[in-house]
Amino acid sequence: MASLIDCPHCGKRPREEFTTLGSAVTRPSPSADSETWTDYVYLRDNPRGMHDEFWHHADGCRRWIVVSRNTFTHEFGGTRDAAGIAPMISPTEKTSQK
Amino acid sequence: MKYSALSVFLNGLRGNTAWQKMWRAPDPKPQYDVIIIGGGGHGLATAYYLAKNHGITNVAVIEKSYIGSGNVGRNTTIIRSNYLLEGNNPFYELSLKLWEGLEQDFNYNAMISQRGILNLVHNDGQRDAAMRRGNAMRLHGVDAEYFDKEAVRRFAPYLDVDQSRFPIVGGLFQPRAGTVRHDAVAWGFARGADSRGVDIIQNCEVTGLRREGGRVVGVETTRGFIGARKVAMAAAGNSSRVAEMAGLKLPIETHVLQAFVSEGIKPFIDSVITYSMGHFYISQSDKGGLVFGGDIDMYNSYAQRGNLSMVEHVAEAGKTMIPRLSRMRYLRSWGGVMDMSMDGSPIIDKTPVENLFINCGWCYGGFKATPASGWCYAHLIANDAPHPLTRQMRLDRFARGNMLDEEGSGPTPNRH
Repeated sequence: MASLIDCPHCGKRPREEFTTLGSAVTRPSPSADSETWTDYVYLRDNPRGMHDEFWHHADGCRRWIVVSRNTFTHEFGGTRDAAGIAPMISPTEKTSQK
Repeated sequence: MKYSALSVFLNGLRGNTAWQKMWRAPDPKPQYDVIIIGGGGHGLATAYYLAKNHGITNVAVIEKSYIGSGNVGRNTTIIRSNYLLEGNNPFYELSLKLWEGLEQDFNYNAMISQRGILNLVHNDGQRDAAMRRGNAMRLHGVDAEYFDKEAVRRFAPYLDVDQSRFPIVGGLFQPRAGTVRHDAVAWGFARGADSRGVDIIQNCEVTGLRREGGRVVGVETTRGFIGARKVAMAAAGNSSRVAEMAGLKLPIETHVLQAFVSEGIKPFIDSVITYSMGHFYISQSDKGGLVFGGDIDMYNSYAQRGNLSMVEHVAEAGKTMIPRLSRMRYLRSWGGVMDMSMDGSPIIDKTPVENLFINCGWCYGGFKATPASGWCYAHLIANDAPHPLTRQMRLDRFARGNMLDEEGSGPTPNRH
């Protein structure tokens, strides 16, 4: 994988400063039906190609960002702040939730 | 041709010119009873047991590359059945029992070596969990033994037991676990299936599933359409892509797991040892190389290669456990792509599409499961009903809330 990730706040930073959470799926409304929630929690498109995913700039600005990345070539397509798309709470990163 | 000591001797006298090819390279027939997508360990084992246990021989295994090019040739060759949960343990124990008789059964030397596996523990919590798991194993009739600190020291004197960072307080040992020559597993199952009439079609990629009236009637491939009464997927690593051809979305992410081998040295490690602070496991191949691995790279990837930071991380973990590894050199590293499922356990089931079956989600643990996976998948395909040992490995268990989560890490595929 590329060794630099272009953080929208900090610029190009070493990949080791970041941790990844997985697919940038959008949380459904609390009143959504069970099928919608099952889809959100358990099912993944898992593409071989461009994939939007949550990364956390843990050793930098500590912001969650959305990274577009090719899962086959490992090329980066672009990054943006994750504000507005609530990330799931990762088991090991409870303290870094916004 | 049956392999035996006598056949080796007689062929040696003839200058080894009379050996036959181990399997044919047939052209695909227009129609089969069963098509298996994926010529890896599980696909070949499924074909073998379909023919052997169920008498279904009009079967094709379709592989996009050559057989054994995927994860059956990319793992760290460990076999074991030291699982905790009711839904897992008897399945993996069946697998271990099949491994024990496999070489005689398929008449092929797979170099199965039951050298034992020791899972180290480093604190009270891990000790309690190991003892609980050991007791669960014994209740299922599986061998398990707890080693205290001194027993660990006697068993593996090269471990840094008293280190200040992650001192070793004990370990859970399964004597019947061990290692296998992984390539030979693919070859042995392929030869066994082929000799019973199964067609193994290599360098033929499935590009689509043809459906008529909602049911699958065959596969589109790079060598044209091939009809089938039943189609069975066994394409771990690429399961989501194959399932997508049938409009299915799976509880799976694809991740890359790296493995490593060192330069060859004299006999040093005579068992399989796993480290529980950081993820690290090591054994020594019969050729002398130390075979070891660690965690997945954590990000989704279909590339069969990993990142340097994980290479470094694995070396650090290994050095903390066995300081004298610091003198060793990496010889090779490689990556395989895993189906990481949402609860860390596999799926062997029918799909909502008629005549289409799925075998996927093996995470790190597919190799040891190869014989049992083939055995149970063949049962499912032949009888249209799940094998009793895979009743908790259903596709719909996520929607039902019946997860089979051995580690209790929740729906986070990269943490299983």
